Amino acid sequence: MNRHISEQFDTELDSARSLLLEMGGLVEQQLQQACLSLYNHDSELADEVKGGDKRINRMEVDIDDLCVQIIARRQPAATDLRTLISIMKASTDLERVGDEAQRIAKMARGVADLELPVDQYRDIRTMADQVIGMLASALDAFARLSADSAVSVIAADQAVDDAYDAIIRELGDEMKAQPEQTERSLTVLWVARALERCGDHAKNLSEYIVYLIEGQDVRHGGRIKDGSDQ
Amino acid sequence: MVLKASDPLNNSTNATPAHAQPALERSLLVEDLSLYYGDQQALIDVNLDIPQKQVTAFIGPSGCGKSTLLRCFNRMNDLIDGVRTTGRILLEGHEIFAPEVDVAQLRRRVGMVFQRPNPFPKSIYENVAYGLRIQGTHPKTETDEIVEWALRSAALWDEVKDRLKESALGLSGGQQQRLVIARAVAVKPSVLLLDEPASALDPISTLKIEELIHQLKSDYTIVIVTHNMQQAARVSDNTAFLYLGELIEVGKTQDVFTNPSQSRTEDYITGRYG
Repeated sequence: MNRHISEQFDTELDSARSLLLEMGGLVEQQLQQACLSLYNHDSELADEVKGGDKRINRMEVDIDDLCVQIIARRQPAATDLRTLISIMKASTDLERVGDEAQRIAKMARGVADLELPVDQYRDIRTMADQVIGMLASALDAFARLSADSAVSVIAADQAVDDAYDAIIRELGDEMKAQPEQTERSLTVLWVARALERCGDHAKNLSEYIVYLIEGQDVRHGGRIKDGSDQ
Repeated sequence: MVLKASDPLNNSTNATPAHAQPALERSLLVEDLSLYYGDQQALIDVNLDIPQKQVTAFIGPSGCGKSTLLRCFNRMNDLIDGVRTTGRILLEGHEIFAPEVDVAQLRRRVGMVFQRPNPFPKSIYENVAYGLRIQGTHPKTETDEIVEWALRSAALWDEVKDRLKESALGLSGGQQQRLVIARAVAVKPSVLLLDEPASALDPISTLKIEELIHQLKSDYTIVIVTHNMQQAARVSDNTAFLYLGELIEVGKTQDVFTNPSQSRTEDYITGRYG
């Protein structure tokens, strides 16, 4: 893509992109730490995650503010417009992933005094690795403007949904068999649910990236714009 | 069949080309149009459809040929020495370059408004009635009615109804431009060509002209040349991008401004070095 005649415009767009990637990195780290605090029943780490969410919220507001300023001053079109719209929408999804990380940390804090389960949260670990991988790939696709990578992330969400369904089924059986473990089972359920939502947000992020690069709205399988959802 | 004063265009049975859209949907058809100023080629093989009762905007850098193309539609380029055109333009199915065409009749059907308002040094009333008078005599009551209708169409009536006999030169720039539009619509054209109609106006007058364009398109086919891309985005249904005499891209305005198909269009509308 050629540079703008106005170098200042390039600088402003670069700032918005960098801020989103910085926010993405922070959110990814928060999610990793939150999961780690659960795996290790580490209440200190869980508290740190809680504290980190404020910074993410601040970044979301800063990104929106910057994008609004650019739109008002530059009246962007085409790729520039799609970039700004995608950044604004992506920041909302990233902020929600931050909220989910905070939720996981809260759950981790709730079970921190209990003994670690025998399976060491094996299923949650698998699911969390999938979700964190999706998030990292989505941010990478945004940085490299790779529609192909974004499409792979969109496809990967199905595996996360399947993992979530499997965990729910297992927990149902577990709660019937071991009612005394219900508190721990409920924690796992809420964490799995939070992770499943993080997968959805990573998918949304990737859909915005496809829109940014190709101008195609692929949300909901692209069925709304082409009318096939009727 | 050609445009002659004796051939009412709308009663024509002239066959349109086989690939043509239904007559009601297309106003102008440009086929393989090239235009030369002496040895200099200003338009290169332009092919374009201008839909009826919609606004089509021509955008592009200075010297890209957008005003030249606009001026082809009412043969204003005929007034320039050394201009030669090849290809053809059909207005509602009729070839406009045919030698038998009555150019005055063509310009009545295809009105034009320029960058700078150019009212005649006459009264407001006379400016609007001018086109009717050169067409022939109308009873005064009929002229009065048409003048009022045209001024209402141009969203100017309420501002000037009490001073119709005053000089048009006493109006503000924005009012003068709307007066010129009233003068153009008074002869009931089918197409209005607007060549940067708001570039000499302040922002409020510009918005009034844009609002007027929006209202007029229910009755007229409008083609607008503008340097202001946001204006093209606001007022037009279709946008055509020209560059160095070539039509690079034409499409729905919503698509051209959010997702143009050509990188040269993208570079131009986003302000990049092409």
